[in-house]
Amino acid sequence: MAEARDYRAIGTRPVRPDGVDKVTGRANFGADMNLPNMIHGKVLRSPHAHARIKRVDGSRALEMPGVYAVISGADFPSGAEGEISGEGGGTVSDLAMNIMARDKALYHGHAVAAVAAKTAFLAETALELIDVEYEVLPPVLDVDVAMEPGATLVNENQRTRGNESAGPSNIAAVTKFERGDPEAGFAAADVVVERDYRVPTAHQGYIEPHACTASLDEQGRATVWCCTQGHFDVRSMTAGVLGKSVGEIKVIPSEIGGGFGGKTVIYLEPLAVKLSELTGRPVKMVMSREEVFRATGPTSASHCKIKVGAKRDGTITAATAWLAYEAGAYPGAPVGPGCMSVFAPYDLENFRIEGFDVLVNKPKAAAYRAPGAPQSMHAMESAMDELARGIGMDPIDLRLENCADEGTQAPYGPVYPPIGIRKCLEAAKVHTNYTTPKAEGTGRGIAAGFWFNIGMQSSAEVRLSEDGTVTVMEGSPDIGGSRASMCLMAAETLGVPYDVVRAHVGDTESTGFCNVTGGSRTTFATGLAVVQACEDIIAECKQRAAATWDVDADQVDWTEGEAIPKPGVNIDVQPLSLADIAGSMGRTGGPILGRASLNAQGAGAGFSVNFADVNVDQETGKVDILSFTAIQDAGTAIHPSYVEGQMQGGAVQGLGWALNEEYIYDDNGVMENAGFLDYRVPVASDMPMIDTQIIEVPNPSHPYGVRGVGETPIVAPLAVTSNAVSDALGFRISDLPLSPPRVLAAIDAHEED
Amino acid sequence: MEAYAYARPTTLDEAVSLLAAHANEGRRTQLLAGGTDVLVQMRSVDREPRTLVDVKHIADTNRLDIDSDPVFIGSAIPSAILNENEELKSLFPGLIEAADLIGSTQIQGRATIGGNLCNSSPAGDTIPAIIAAGGVCVIAGSGGTRRVACEDFLTGVGTNVLEADELLVGLEFPRPKGRTADGYLRFIPRTEMDIAVAGAGVALSLDDGGTCTAARVAIGAVAPTALLVPAAADALIGTKVDDEALAAAGAACTAAASPISDKRGTIEYRNKVVAVLCRRAGANARDRALAR
Repeated sequence: MAEARDYRAIGTRPVRPDGVDKVTGRANFGADMNLPNMIHGKVLRSPHAHARIKRVDGSRALEMPGVYAVISGADFPSGAEGEISGEGGGTVSDLAMNIMARDKALYHGHAVAAVAAKTAFLAETALELIDVEYEVLPPVLDVDVAMEPGATLVNENQRTRGNESAGPSNIAAVTKFERGDPEAGFAAADVVVERDYRVPTAHQGYIEPHACTASLDEQGRATVWCCTQGHFDVRSMTAGVLGKSVGEIKVIPSEIGGGFGGKTVIYLEPLAVKLSELTGRPVKMVMSREEVFRATGPTSASHCKIKVGAKRDGTITAATAWLAYEAGAYPGAPVGPGCMSVFAPYDLENFRIEGFDVLVNKPKAAAYRAPGAPQSMHAMESAMDELARGIGMDPIDLRLENCADEGTQAPYGPVYPPIGIRKCLEAAKVHTNYTTPKAEGTGRGIAAGFWFNIGMQSSAEVRLSEDGTVTVMEGSPDIGGSRASMCLMAAETLGVPYDVVRAHVGDTESTGFCNVTGGSRTTFATGLAVVQACEDIIAECKQRAAATWDVDADQVDWTEGEAIPKPGVNIDVQPLSLADIAGSMGRTGGPILGRASLNAQGAGAGFSVNFADVNVDQETGKVDILSFTAIQDAGTAIHPSYVEGQMQGGAVQGLGWALNEEYIYDDNGVMENAGFLDYRVPVASDMPMIDTQIIEVPNPSHPYGVRGVGETPIVAPLAVTSNAVSDALGFRISDLPLSPPRVLAAIDAHEED
Repeated sequence: MEAYAYARPTTLDEAVSLLAAHANEGRRTQLLAGGTDVLVQMRSVDREPRTLVDVKHIADTNRLDIDSDPVFIGSAIPSAILNENEELKSLFPGLIEAADLIGSTQIQGRATIGGNLCNSSPAGDTIPAIIAAGGVCVIAGSGGTRRVACEDFLTGVGTNVLEADELLVGLEFPRPKGRTADGYLRFIPRTEMDIAVAGAGVALSLDDGGTCTAARVAIGAVAPTALLVPAAADALIGTKVDDEALAAAGAACTAAASPISDKRGTIEYRNKVVAVLCRRAGANARDRALAR
């Protein structure tokens, strides 16, 4: 059982080991791999959102000097089987078709062919010479339209899981769970709020486009260099798509320029391997920003309906949620986690939750930071705000009144172990930014956030060098400072200074299996493996000390980085430091290394409470975020600066989604804003300093009490913004984004009423 | 990117001869100043071969005459130079705030207001400010030098009056006298690094009693080109530029606008916001003039 306690390394804020290389430009990212004789691959993408592919003919392109190969769907095996192991889920078969369309192109930008040529420019020019004959079909572009009976079908063979006999449908799956008697609960309520909420498609917005280089040797063994959140999953997915075994593929991860869930899946790697196989040369593929927007994972647009009722004293009597998420072209919208998170902060007697995974002619949804939770919790947390107004209660008090605690059965099933939602709410209530009255004419909004966090499989090896330095080898690509956290946990466990520990992310053949960096699992699960591997080292060091002192190993203690005789063991020896033992390990039994592999359980849910003050320009509809406060339970903050960084970064992504980010489609399903100019992520000057407060309710399933912290931060800002803008305006706008044209139109419509 | 040529003339004559020779041979040229539009377009939408004619190494395009009347700003002078010039800021606060809105600090080290004008985007930020300040384009060509008022320079989306053998040497502005000042505002959904959804520039002169004796109002991003709006100026002239007059000028801007609905804003939105910007920019110009 972990408890808050004094640590020597954990909780300090050293410089991250990868920092200097990143600011000097020395670090290698996905597009930085270059090999002798390397050629370049480019993808031809569908100009139609929905079309049957009648014919793909690359012969004219192949005649061009400098063009080496052209591939299309026919070059890949059909009938791939199995589920993919990444965070988002889905089948290998769908993944394979998403990477390279077969008989139908299902969204504008869907890959239909690829070419390899001497230069990237030549490859792009050659794309224009690939002849594709399409039969254009009408696209279905909206979740509500797609759910209507008789709607155009994205996939004629798609049936609703569990209801296959009902015939083809765009609804791939329905999730439903219920407790108590919601109708009786609503009947007992004094105030009921019922409203529809829409959240647009949003992209993860990582700065680094997808990139990879693949080289196939004469024995058919492929090496792939790429930017990814999980190279073991890249290996299995690439193998699945190509019909190879994982043993034939080695994946080497580069540094990663942002992923946020979007680099847990693959798009280019099988194409590059196939092109390398056909040409006998290394093939590099780098997406343009436009391709990233048109063809890689956004998260789902959603339509959510919430109904929630409460007594005058604030007790919620019932709540229902109806959640429809756009999956894009293949099943797999994150509506399951959306359903599971919608009521997570609350202890509810009566509720019903229904979720729909709906196909539309848009890119296949991929994981994005707390996949599914921002959409559903935007709806619920907005409804909670309206409910608080309806009964005349402070919105924090309303949440405290219904707050889940240790022992509460979560709406999604399990009984909560210790959780931090109540402490976050209490901290918000007394925070200076909350007790200070808002400025005249501004609005204030508050909301709660939640993410499950996950465990899954991790491995770690820890090796001692003869000078006492420590090498940590693990398999979690570092997307948020995890190498610093691994070093801190290793230093804490071994009792050595942070700067003698070096953490490395090994490739698929240099370290044990590791699932993706996703689900906020890395510091928890891979951290657990590192701690256990360090304990392995300590056990071995005690053995070596015992042998040196000629006592039994159980007569040796390990404290403050040294082997010492246990209290009561009467021998006259000097303590042996880790460096002492490392220096003599060649004579005492050989190299010392520790290892651990595990499938971690008990990740520990992460809750947050955020609030903000905003100003709305009543004449232009522009919303300015004046202040933003993020309070979150981190379990134990291993490296507080990087926890705060996650809280701030997540807040900014959530605010961007709330304010301006959205996919704008024309009637033909062509995205009109496929670039950072018009897909408006916030710029630094749009944002106030994000104030942070870390709450620490240690997770009993981790030796240092770690909970994941990476995803929860994006969840609350959506409803915070909606609630604050509604407070400033005096009426509610329930749909996002709260872009100036939408806000001004709402102001005008409200004045006309 | 194969088949590009680059020329770096050092005199206007050399530049004009080069342009004329290419035109005669039917070869495409493109003028290059800071390149902040040209290089982006070459890498994305327009990859056809051409000869880039760099205008940055010609004395005339680098000339900056601040103490004269008219004031002259060479077409190759990067906005960073303008933005840091206190005298220019004091003479044309609106024009300089427009120049300072474009791009980041790094981009401003290259970007020029001449280039912004020649790119002729409907949303070009400096264009309404140039028009409001009475800017006149000085154009060199095979036939000699000609002058065209900025509002007449633009002919459509991305097009202007420059012939294939001509280049913009610079811009002349009448030196502001007495209580004369300008203001420019644009609307973007973010705080920077964005393209105008609507823009408005106002330059006006006040007499000793604070009554407006002359005004020029120009709007951007709400029509195929930036527009001079005489009706908006008329609404200000003879008034104290009070709320009522500003509202009338704003309404005139809305009336003159013919925006489109696109990913950056709807027709209704642009029509409303251009009036708001005119009122606010007009109030800024008035307050600056009163302070002189």
